[in-house]
Amino acid sequence: MTDAPQLAQVVIHERTGESCIAQNKVFCPGWAIDNFDRYVDPALQQVVLVVVSVALGFAIAFALALLAHRRRWLVPPLIGVTGVFYTIPSLAFFFLLIPISGRGRDTAIIALTAYTLQIIFRNIMAGLANVPREVKDAGRGMGLTERQLLWRVELPLALPEIIAGLRVATVSTVALATLAAFAGGGGLGEEILSNIDFKTGIVIAGGLAILMAFAFDVILIGIQRLLTPWRRAVPA
Amino acid sequence: MSAAPHLPLAGLEIFGQAIEFIFNGQEAPTVSGKVGGLDQVLDLTARHLEVTALAMGLALIVALPAGLVLGHYGRGELVAVAAGNAGRALPELAIIAFMAAAIGVGLLNVTIALAVLAVPPILTNTFVAVRQVDRGAVDAARGMGMTAREVITRVELPLAVPTIMSGVRTSTINVVATATIAPLAGVLTLGDFILARNVYGDDGVLAGAMLVALLALTLELALAGLQRLLTSPGLRDATTATA
Repeated sequence: MTDAPQLAQVVIHERTGESCIAQNKVFCPGWAIDNFDRYVDPALQQVVLVVVSVALGFAIAFALALLAHRRRWLVPPLIGVTGVFYTIPSLAFFFLLIPISGRGRDTAIIALTAYTLQIIFRNIMAGLANVPREVKDAGRGMGLTERQLLWRVELPLALPEIIAGLRVATVSTVALATLAAFAGGGGLGEEILSNIDFKTGIVIAGGLAILMAFAFDVILIGIQRLLTPWRRAVPA
Repeated sequence: MSAAPHLPLAGLEIFGQAIEFIFNGQEAPTVSGKVGGLDQVLDLTARHLEVTALAMGLALIVALPAGLVLGHYGRGELVAVAAGNAGRALPELAIIAFMAAAIGVGLLNVTIALAVLAVPPILTNTFVAVRQVDRGAVDAARGMGMTAREVITRVELPLAVPTIMSGVRTSTINVVATATIAPLAGVLTLGDFILARNVYGDDGVLAGAMLVALLALTLELALAGLQRLLTSPGLRDATTATA
């Protein structure tokens, strides 16, 4: 016998634990509890993909936004270029990169990072644009330099929009990182692709991805509350 | 295949081979016969566009009236906004795989799965757009004796077009991207080049990626143009909401 039947046997062995699995029902709680540990590593890989991609995306978009803040002519070309990255479907992006950066996590991270740039850049620019002119004039009147004005007045007041952008980027990236498996980047998509007909497996992996997106969102809302104490003082 | 091992950019010649694959095709790497070529490319592109259009049509039929009515009466804000947030979190791969495994493969099922992904941005943006319409304009319309229906279709809808269109564009990008994995559910789109490497070879995979990227960018440009056409001239200078 060759390797293939052996592999099949392993799957069958796992699946015959209960009749639920044998019938491939939509969700088999017993199997889910017994086999939950196999989803831990893929879930952690996906967390790493998301955190690294959004952090890199934020660093790049933030730098670009600071550049464009004082040089308005840079805004249209930056919106255009990041818009191209945003529009190219992630799956296509992975396979366009593979001849250049090879299969694996790095390729997935490059594509996911590129995807986040547009969302974060636009929101930082919108946040800075929404700072009231009187506030900036008051800062200048107090003798702040342009740099001090940016870091002490404009950026703090733009935080709600900036974090709103991070939330959109993070939640979308969690969903897209499920596709990283196609590029050999790991993550929960690996568990779906390795057994594409197995409903319970799809439900667990998909459910974990949704929960992960929700958890990231809650964390970012918490960070915003911590960083903008003055907004809490205003009665609703 | 002739390799050129000492050129620094030797790996990049695969991009040339992928373009060759698109226009002329090549011998299939594993079985006998020809794969690629312009005929097959156009075939799969048409299928890709077909399933995208069907899904967007279905999503618009559901989400646009719902968003307009909810927005007009100011009801269901929680649902409309939560749908937008939750929709972003849906993992496309899990949706397509689950649809194929639990309900079955085929064009109808893929259309429904893609429409599920397309509804939230349209619904949320339509709702928000209608809510943001100047109350003064709505009051003036009522004062002129317009019915609720006329207020929605002749005042609120035209003023909401830019924001609605930005939701439609978000949905379309998402649907075109997700249609790439439709071959997993039995609908052969351009994604087939990418997913069936054993049939098309590495050149085919890269060709598929190039074609999908090109298709998405073309559609985005076309929709940006459509948005300009649909936007009333008085609104053209206004900036549209992001994401």
